[in-house]
Amino acid sequence: MERRYLLGNEAIAYACLEAGVDFVSGYPGTPSSEVVDTLRMQPDRSYYLEWSVNEKVALENALAAAWCGVRALCTMKHVGLNVAADPLMTSAYTGVTGGLVIMSADDPFAHSSQNEQDTRCYAHFARVPCLDPSGVQEAHDMIPKAFALSEEFGLPVIFRPTTRICHSKGDVELGDVVKSTRKGEFHKDPRQYVVIPVHTRILHKKLNEKQPALKKRLVELGFNHYEIKGKTAVIASGIGASYVEELLPDGVSFMKIGAYPIDEDWLAGFVRKHENVLIIEELAPEVEETVRQVAGTVPVFGKKNGYAPYEGELSPTAVAAIMEKAGFSVRNPYPVVQPVPDVPARPPILCAGCLHRSAFYAIKKVFMDAIYPSDIGCYTLGLQLGAVDMTICMGASITVASGIAHTGEPRDVICTIGDSTFLHTGIQGLLNAVYNGANMTVVILDNRITAMTGHQPNPNTGATACGVESPPVSLEAICRACGATFVESVDPYDVTGMVNLLHEAKKRSGVKVIIAKQMCVIMARRNGVKRGKYMVDTVACNGCGTCVRFGCPAIEFADENARINELCNGCAVCADLCPFGAIVREGKK
Amino acid sequence: MSSSFDVLIVGIGGQGTILASNILGEACLIENKPVKGAETHGMAQRGGSVESHIRIGGIHGPLIPPGQADLLISFDLLEALRYSHYLKKDGLLVTNSRMVLPTSVFTQKLALPKDEEIIATLKKFNLRVLDADKMATEAGSPLSQNVVMLGTACSAMPLKPASLIEAVKRLVPKKTVEINAKAFVAGRAFGGKC
Repeated sequence: MERRYLLGNEAIAYACLEAGVDFVSGYPGTPSSEVVDTLRMQPDRSYYLEWSVNEKVALENALAAAWCGVRALCTMKHVGLNVAADPLMTSAYTGVTGGLVIMSADDPFAHSSQNEQDTRCYAHFARVPCLDPSGVQEAHDMIPKAFALSEEFGLPVIFRPTTRICHSKGDVELGDVVKSTRKGEFHKDPRQYVVIPVHTRILHKKLNEKQPALKKRLVELGFNHYEIKGKTAVIASGIGASYVEELLPDGVSFMKIGAYPIDEDWLAGFVRKHENVLIIEELAPEVEETVRQVAGTVPVFGKKNGYAPYEGELSPTAVAAIMEKAGFSVRNPYPVVQPVPDVPARPPILCAGCLHRSAFYAIKKVFMDAIYPSDIGCYTLGLQLGAVDMTICMGASITVASGIAHTGEPRDVICTIGDSTFLHTGIQGLLNAVYNGANMTVVILDNRITAMTGHQPNPNTGATACGVESPPVSLEAICRACGATFVESVDPYDVTGMVNLLHEAKKRSGVKVIIAKQMCVIMARRNGVKRGKYMVDTVACNGCGTCVRFGCPAIEFADENARINELCNGCAVCADLCPFGAIVREGKK
Repeated sequence: MSSSFDVLIVGIGGQGTILASNILGEACLIENKPVKGAETHGMAQRGGSVESHIRIGGIHGPLIPPGQADLLISFDLLEALRYSHYLKKDGLLVTNSRMVLPTSVFTQKLALPKDEEIIATLKKFNLRVLDADKMATEAGSPLSQNVVMLGTACSAMPLKPASLIEAVKRLVPKKTVEINAKAFVAGRAFGGKC
């Protein structure tokens, strides 16, 4: 036993070690990534681990492992579960023999996401259990129970932490690591694993028959519990429960929901002992809908009657406001304070020396009046450079581009996609665009790594998640195999070269692919690449502002002159752009 | 109301706010105090404004409600202003005197308040302004400015200096232990003078 101050995701990873996990797969996505990142860095691993190319691939791998009787963990962010929804829905029918825990991390407030969907709805949809922790220690403690529950009911278990669990920290009591000696062994049983209609109809019935016992078991296991203290009650789930605990005055009953499906009879027994009930939960009214089914004449306050929002994340202040609105007092009201107005925003921006900035600059220079579909990654920040017109989901830049190109929209269509995103779900779009004769340009922004989520390796990196060398795939060969005939690579720091190549692509019809290759500047720094810094020759500088408009955080403007600060990574692109040759390498003047 | 001592550490992605919060967390473990925290990860880290919440003695949620923080530590003067509403009335604000200019000032031509104006606004709190870059450089490395700041805030926190120093030693890279220990002492000496 050991107490440590850990990130939620680290605590979850250690809990997997305590559960004797045998097989780990996942695709990076904020806020889920650090679980696999922690597990892949462990010495003496007794488990197989991979970063898969996408979530569907990850889940199918993990499902197969669980069919072989070993304990498997599969991690992703909430929108990754959309990609993995196909195997998820039917895995509930086939079930598992080894424990299968699918961690799908939700992101209320969309801190780092394209939407605020609620994983609990998927669990409901698939009829599989879902565990919903309220804090870091609880997230840790739930994991071994999740594997055991999965094995007890032969069902995949969804584990749904949110950003405020994954990326919050706490003092965590850890247990002992268990080194599993299990080996996979598949027992052939076509009626279980071959989901032809005649089998699947029976499997569906069996899945439905598991539900009543499952609901009771979740209460027995203590995931769902209550304390009756008065005539009114608050029912809360997830991180919301921890905020309620901080605010709840004496004399109010409290029910905590940590697992779904909720046992309706048990719930009804609690609700009907009260004069009114308030529901505190993030995102979908998952708890509230079940409460309303059983509440009878007991008034229920929640999202459906406007007491709580459907969107955004909860906070102590937000929960206090909801409680007060519903007529519940809070232990100690928070002061009402306003932020200082008009403080200039400091949104995230592409790093100094980022390859994406120079690639976008070249694209905008050649394709001035074009449509710019883009994708999910650091390069979505190209929005600030006016080079991103739409994003929808992973891999969709190429498909959206071909869709637009086929409508007769007269402007050129040029889309951008990162290497990891291209390998995730971009390839099919390229294949489809070439096959169906779209006229468009695809720029693959190839920084050799999955950068935004914390620099995880992918098949383009040259190493596996565990650091084993693996030959990097050739993006050129993949694009050619998809049928593209114009496939050219360029270093985006060579703005002139990239501009020339883009002009060449613009002249041609069909699907043109340009691969802009340059290592992520953070990785370059970690790998010891030293390019030297640049500086402004204040005599030559006439203050035209060309370099400042490039938008690099290393370039400032003061006293009618540009100035390069210590963030400079030496990409030299601004030196190329300056019409007066006023940007020079330090010490080279 | 929670009886925790709430610390908000703010800055710009890449400045070392997470290490600073880990040091406080580790010091809590050393003293066997419960602790909760929350921080910014992912896309927002790329040069954006970041915040770490640490609730020393915290047993409930990880987020500090605005107006409730006992201590605000800011690695950047502008970020001190941005997050100052988190502090309670008599709260302590320890801030670096330097400011990284946000790119929005150039690209969107947003008006930037002057250093003196910011300091005047922040004076309503118990304010300690220090040139953390300079003090860290004097201690041996500009990278130790997060530890300088913790040293300056030390006297206000319900943690023993010895626990904080031990936490610093456990968490910073081995070869920088001496520099960081010096940085902490320098920060603490400055905090004492205020």
